[in-house]
Formats: sequence, structure tokens, C-alpha cells
Amino acid sequence: MSAKSEIMDRIRSALTDVPDVRAADDVEVVWRYGQPVQLPEGNVLEVFIERVEDYHATVVSCVADDLPDAIAAGLKATGATTAVLPAGLDRDWLSAASGVEFTTEDAGPLSADELNTLDAVVTASAVSVAETGTIVLDHSPDQGRRALTLVPDRHVCVVRSGQVVSGVPEAVARLRGAVEAGRPLTWISGPSATSDIELSRVEGVHGPRQLYVILVREGN
Amino acid sequence: MTETSRERPGEGLTVALFATCISDTMFPKTPQATVEVLERMGCRVVFPREQTCCGQIFTNTGYFDDAIPSVRTYVKAFGDYDYIVGPSGSCVGSVREQHPMLAERSKDAGLQRAATAVASRTLDVSEFIVDVLGVTDVGAYFPHRVTYHPTCHSMRVTKVGDRPYQLLKAVRGLELLELPEATQCCGFGGTFSLKNPDVSVSMAADKARNAASTGAEYLVAGDNACLMNIGGMLSRQKSAMTPIHLVEILAHTEGKRR
Amino acid sequence: MTAKPRLTPAPPPGELIDSPRFPVAARRELGNTAQRRNLRLATHTIRDKRANAVGEMENWEQLREAGGAIKNRVLRHLPEYLEQLEESLTRNGATVHWARDAAEANRIVIALVQETGSQEVVKVKSMATQEIDLNEALEESGIAAWETDLAELIVQLGHDRPSHILVPAIHRNRSEVREIFLEEMGRYGTPAPPGLDDNPTNLANAARGHLREKFLRAKVAISGANFAVADTGSLVVVESEGNGRMCLTLPETLISVVGIEKVLPSFDDLEVFMQLLPRSSTAERMNPYTSVWSGASEGDGPQNVHVVLVDNGRTNALADPHGRQALRCIRCSACMNICPVFEKVGGHAYGSVYPGPIGAILNPQIRGTDSAVDRSLPFASSLCGACTEVCPVQIPIAELLVHMRGKVVDAKKAESKGVHMPHAEPAMMKAGGWVMGDHRRLEAAQLAAKAGGGVLGRFTDHIGPLPWPLSKWTNTRDVPNPPTKTFRDWWNVNRADQVEK
Repeated sequence: MSAKSEIMDRIRSALTDVPDVRAADDVEVVWRYGQPVQLPEGNVLEVFIERVEDYHATVVSCVADDLPDAIAAGLKATGATTAVLPAGLDRDWLSAASGVEFTTEDAGPLSADELNTLDAVVTASAVSVAETGTIVLDHSPDQGRRALTLVPDRHVCVVRSGQVVSGVPEAVARLRGAVEAGRPLTWISGPSATSDIELSRVEGVHGPRQLYVILVREGN
Repeated sequence: MTETSRERPGEGLTVALFATCISDTMFPKTPQATVEVLERMGCRVVFPREQTCCGQIFTNTGYFDDAIPSVRTYVKAFGDYDYIVGPSGSCVGSVREQHPMLAERSKDAGLQRAATAVASRTLDVSEFIVDVLGVTDVGAYFPHRVTYHPTCHSMRVTKVGDRPYQLLKAVRGLELLELPEATQCCGFGGTFSLKNPDVSVSMAADKARNAASTGAEYLVAGDNACLMNIGGMLSRQKSAMTPIHLVEILAHTEGKRR
Repeated sequence: MTAKPRLTPAPPPGELIDSPRFPVAARRELGNTAQRRNLRLATHTIRDKRANAVGEMENWEQLREAGGAIKNRVLRHLPEYLEQLEESLTRNGATVHWARDAAEANRIVIALVQETGSQEVVKVKSMATQEIDLNEALEESGIAAWETDLAELIVQLGHDRPSHILVPAIHRNRSEVREIFLEEMGRYGTPAPPGLDDNPTNLANAARGHLREKFLRAKVAISGANFAVADTGSLVVVESEGNGRMCLTLPETLISVVGIEKVLPSFDDLEVFMQLLPRSSTAERMNPYTSVWSGASEGDGPQNVHVVLVDNGRTNALADPHGRQALRCIRCSACMNICPVFEKVGGHAYGSVYPGPIGAILNPQIRGTDSAVDRSLPFASSLCGACTEVCPVQIPIAELLVHMRGKVVDAKKAESKGVHMPHAEPAMMKAGGWVMGDHRRLEAAQLAAKAGGGVLGRFTDHIGPLPWPLSKWTNTRDVPNPPTKTFRDWWNVNRADQVEK
């Protein structure tokens, strides 16, 4: 007998007490999915900024027209002189970043070692969560494959105000399409961190040690 | 409401006292004090003699079948009463939360029905005074510094909440000092104290140290088993602090000497 | 015969299953004062943090309720969700394998690694792979397994075992970590920088430097999964350091070892669990990194993706309609952080990779109640119930501890039948149960206590040393003398006129 059929048999004989009805009819789950959450203070954007800053990441706000300047300032502030760009990132965003050498994967993917020599990455993002200060990448072309936002030590990340939702439920609802399309997700809440030594929090282990978030306030 | 009925809110109520085997045998002052307080509140108190024990020591050691006789005696002793009141969050909790499971195991449908019904009418003395009698001031006077340990089963099984604090705060002359790490277990745990004596003692030592750090004269709780554990540690450490059951403080009135 | 040189640091000798009974191990661990200090500091810190993180959530109880219900639904209808999971994963380009037990899971993983030709793997912290002791199985097959979580690295380099599911090196303090790094890192790769001090930031940097080389060259990674989503065929790993992302992203091959109880019906359910888990676990609003991947994603990350679904005793637990609630566990560690017993003895005393209150109910269900350690685990609790209160999926841990005690007792009683030297405890309990079956028997027993109290009262106000087994109490604590009058006696004298009814 295959391992699968044996395990399935074990499970079925373990569950003889369970009535033969649909799972949803057998166990009720009292929960309304996808609802906004009540935020304690301020509007969604203010809470988002405060919560991202709680993780000791940097957050700056700007209007759309000022985004190139904000990105240039972000690269400078984090001390980056080289950066990798996702293939689908709007190149106009980088128009003000003089003095930074940009690398792309137009000629084929970079190796992990090559990525390891670059200072920073600049990306867009998919959805952000105010309550938890979380930015989610769905690795669309303007965010690039996962390695780009992982190996370089600095991540300059652009969040549009319309992408910020109140809480995790709304975010999960918005992300379903990307997952169904087979795209991976990376949820980022501050720079990488550990509390493994005496539970004292240290920011910066393997992931980017500096997270620089640019919140673009879009018009209504 | 008239002045009299406010002072004697238990007028017309009959309460069956669940003395608990440990207090009956080892700490008789506690059920005595329960009788005094309830009678002072106007209740008629009866003591059904058939009662023995909640059976928790058997249940919690895994001997469910040996706990069933205790369930039967409990049902027999208390089946006819509307209010069954005991001075122990733990024993009351065992009756409420474990007796129905034990009765189910007995496969005796009559016992199941009776045990479930009696369990729901069983209250810790703090619950009865605050919820049924609707008072927090029972006219007690106790001019001492005390600290309160909210025992685990009072807090998490019987869920007496802040009722003991409400009652203590209404005692005249009493100074209530905050116990550090109050919600931490004292390490008694019934046969746990015998099966895992080293861990148990280490936990009791923490509790005794925290209690002593308050500078209180009395350590108050709603469970004599826990008080015996912490008290045993305090006594071995030659501490001046005295363990006392909550209801014994409530029984204490002006002019009465301890 | 000379031993084969080891590729990775050797763990301490001795198998977990041969561990001593909990009380014996607990005594050993209690003797380690440095560990006790570390544990106390760590558990108290995380308790307070968790209380704050949870206190922020107005709907916490509804979330717990929903989390528990979703898991219940999965467990009671596991076959359909597992079928759906396999189908979705396969559609997404992953290969699904099934393992009845640890040995089979290890064989599958070893064969998959050997197919790649790689002689080393990087690992994301995973309870399932610890449970099946995968690292040692790989080592025996000539494959080096590198732990990449900081605490797991400390444990591995320290020739140690994890003592906590979330913070495996919780028993170590910073100066011990420094010594381990200085001593061992150089033997297995990039050495620690000379002059390394015990500042946690610098220690974390040393780990970054040591592991980066391994991440960049790794061809194969092995992970577990916090959740396996049936409808979208996705796996989820929740982490902090980015070592998980490194493993899940950079290698060509990714093998995930996942317990069959980890399945969630729908991607939508993540909204419940991604609120429950981080706050219960690291006590943060959200953990730094969460990765979700659905099989192989073209042009992004590993293209050779495998999922090994493991039973290894989980179906034993599932067969107990009451006990199966323990399988709801999402490995957050809130129960061990709050546990006053765990705080004293740490994880090593439990003889399993699953320590603390959840381990005390899960191990004897999964492994059975034959070994001495598994029989002792349900008794490794004072039943204070703090664990039940914090469990994010509402596992009634204290109640299940009592339930498992019943199972241990039933096993002992069955063994005692017809043997010459039966266990003493069942006879004592039976006698006690008989006494409590009738008040006249209790009153007779009280007579003896009163007589003893009367004699003792002439000499002392409390009882000192008593013979075994009560010596376990009186060696360190006093017992008051039994009074010479019971409450019944007082009632008979003072309320003689009071009639019942």
C-alpha cells in the first residue's frame, strides 16, 4: 500500500466519530472575512507611518511629483552608491538619483554573489497594512523576483497611499489574486530582526538591515 | 429597599454549605467563618452531613473511576438545594467543571443529569456574596495589612474575577497590598507537589518571597490547599506572615478578637 | 573501527526517547542556576510583551474562537483538505510526497538531496524536521545540514539541543553565545571576527557573516511550514531574521517537511492566523518576514520544489476525539512562555522537541504512553491553567493534561492486572475513592487525623519531617497539625438544632 493510502486510511479510521456531512456544516466558523479593522488613533496612513517607525524603519511621505527626489534622498540616506532595479520599475522614478550606479537584469538574472555586491534595491509594493506596519510584495514586475529584495543590504520601498489598508483581513483579501496567479508573497514588517539572544531585539540579520519606506500621498 | 434588608440581603435564602474535605478536617475555622458570614447576611445555612469531597485529588491524578463515588455523594448531599456554597475556588471549580465529565464516564444517565444540574448551582463563597446577595460590604473589620493571592483555580476555573478584591476593599481597617507576580501559581497542584516536589518547592519559594516582599501581616486566598502550601514554606522560612482564608477575614467584625 | 569524521557539530549523546522521567530531569535542570536565571528573565520579558500585543486587539477572543474553529474543521475533515492540498500543490508545480513515520520522511528527503548531487543543505528552523531528527539522518548519509536561524545556529554550534520551540537557545546567555561562536564558527566556515564581544548586535552580525557564505552557495534548502493552504496550494513560513527568505529563495531545490495537521482550508484563513500567531509568538504586531509560495514560480526562486507530508504519530492523536484538540497547535510557544513549570526547568526536561504544556499533552498522544518520560509528561504541570488562557487556538491544555493523566493511569492499571507487584498508587487512590464514597468512612478517617493532631499538638505547632511519600512535601515545607476538632464536630455542637431542608 502506498504511504498516502495508508495515512489516509489511518485518518479515516481515526475520524469515525465525525458525521458524514460537509466540513462547513459540521464545524461553524464564526468570522466575517475581509473586514476593515478599527484603528485606535489617527487615520490609516498616520497609523501606518507610526507602526512602521516602531520597527525602526524610516518612513518619509511625498507627493507623486516629488517621488524621484525622495528616492534619490533615500538612496543617499542609506549610504547606497549601487542599486539593483526590478525590470518593471518605472525608470522615471530614478531620474533624480545622480551618483548612484543602477544595475538591471535586462541581460539575464544576476547571481546571488553578484547581488551580494550591490548596496541597495528600489522597488514598488503591492499592499500595506496600517495596523501592523506591514508592507507586502507580490513580486510583480515593479517589485522583481524575491532575491532582489533580499540580498542587498538596503531596501528603498515605495508605497502608494491607495495601497494602504487598515488591517490584515483587507490585505489578505487584496492579495488573493496574486497568489492565485502563482506569484509568491513577501510580507515585510521592518528590517530583519532577531530576539534570539536573551530576547533582546537586534535589528538587522540576514535580510536588508535598512528599510527605507517612501509613502506617496496620492490625490483623492 | 429597607435598611434591614440591605444589611440582611440573605433573608429567606437557604444555603447548603459545602465545607470541602480539606477545610472540614484541617481548617475547620474556614467553614465556621462561612457559616458566620452567611448567617450574618440573613441566610439560613444547612450542612448536609452526607457530603465528603469533590474528588479532585482522584480526577486530577488521572483516577477518574475512583472519583465517581465522590460525585455520587455530592449529588446525594446537595441535590435538593438551590444554593450550594463552598469556601474554595478549586473544589467548587472541580464540581462545576469536572463532575459532569466524570458522570458521563460513569455511563449512568441519571447521575449525568443530576451532576450537571447540581454543578450549576454550586458557587464559591465570593460569588455567592457578590452576585446573589449583591453586596461587597459584609460589615467586616480587620485592621491589618494583607496581600491577596488569587489562586489559579479561583481565577481560571471558577473564574471569581475581582470579587475577592471587591470584598477585601470593603473591609474596614484593612490595608490591601499588591502582591507581585500575583497570578503566578504557588506550585501546589495537588499530587503535583508530591510527584514533582523539586519544581513545586521552587514555585512555592517564589510565591513566599513575593508575599514576604509586600510587608503584609496576612497572606489571603480563597483556597486553603494553596494557603497550606505557601504557609508551609513561610513557616519553614520562619516568616512572621500568617496565611488566612478570605472568608475568615469577612467573618471578623469590630469588637471580635482574632 | 574509527568513526567517520563529522560534517556538522555533533549533538549531545543520548536519544530523546530515552530521557529520564520528568521529575528526575527537572531536578537536574533546576540545579543549573545560570539557566534558571536566563529562563526567568526571558519568560517574564516575553510574557509582558505578549500581554501588551494581545491587549491591543479588541477582538482577540473572537480571533481565538475563529482560529480554533478553523483548525477543528480541518482536523475533522482532514482527508478532503489533504487531497485538495496535494492537488493544488501539484498543479503549482510542486511534487508531493507522503511519509508514514520519521524514518520514511528522512529517506525521502535524503533521496531528494542525493538526486541534486549536493552534499550540503541550508535549513530554515523547522519543528517537523527536528521531530524526525533529519539532521542526523542527513549527516549519516554524508550530507551536511546547516541550521540558519540564529538560535538554532547557537544550539548546533554549541553541540546542544533546543530547549524552546521559538527561542531554542533561551537557556543560553550572551556570554555563552560569544564563547560558542568564537570556539566553533571557524571549524565549520567563516570564523567569528576576532575580538568579538557579547553585545547581541555584534553576535548577530557574526552570525550574518558566518551564514552568508552558506546561503550564497547553497543548492538545496529544507524548510518546514507554518501553514499549508489547501485551496491555493501555498506554503507559508513566518520568521524574523531573513534566513528563511534566503533558504526559500536562493537555492535551486526546496524541500518542505510538513505535518499533516498544518493544512488550512483557504488562503483567506491566513487573515485569522496571521493576526493570532505573531502576537502570541514573538509578541509583535507582525513578525519581520513572512514568505508565501505556491509551488514553483517561474523565474523566481527554487524551480525544483518538494513537499513531504508527514504523519509520524499524528493520526494516533487524531483518533482520540477529545485529545485531537492538541493538533490545533500552531507552535507559537505562548503556553511554554507563561508556564511556571517551564520557567523553572526549561525545555530539556521534557525529553522532546515539543516541551512545555503543549509538549506534555502532544508527546504522549503522538508517541504513546509506553515510555517512562511520556508517562510522566502529563503530570509535569500544577494545572494552574495559565496555558489554556493564552493559547491562540483555544486548546484546553489544562483539561487535556487531566485527560492524558487518565490515559496514563488506565495504561498502568492494565499492567497491574494479575501481576505480583502492582503499582502502589492505584491501590491508594482506590482506597481514597472508597472513603469519599460515604461520609461515615470520611468521619472514621478524620478520627485518626484528630488523634494524631491531639498527640502532636502537645509538642509542636506544626508537623516536621514525615515518611515517604509525604516526605516530598515535608522536606522543605511544614504542615500544620490536624486540629483536634473537625468542622463537623463544631457543627454538631453549635448548630445541633439546625435541621436540613
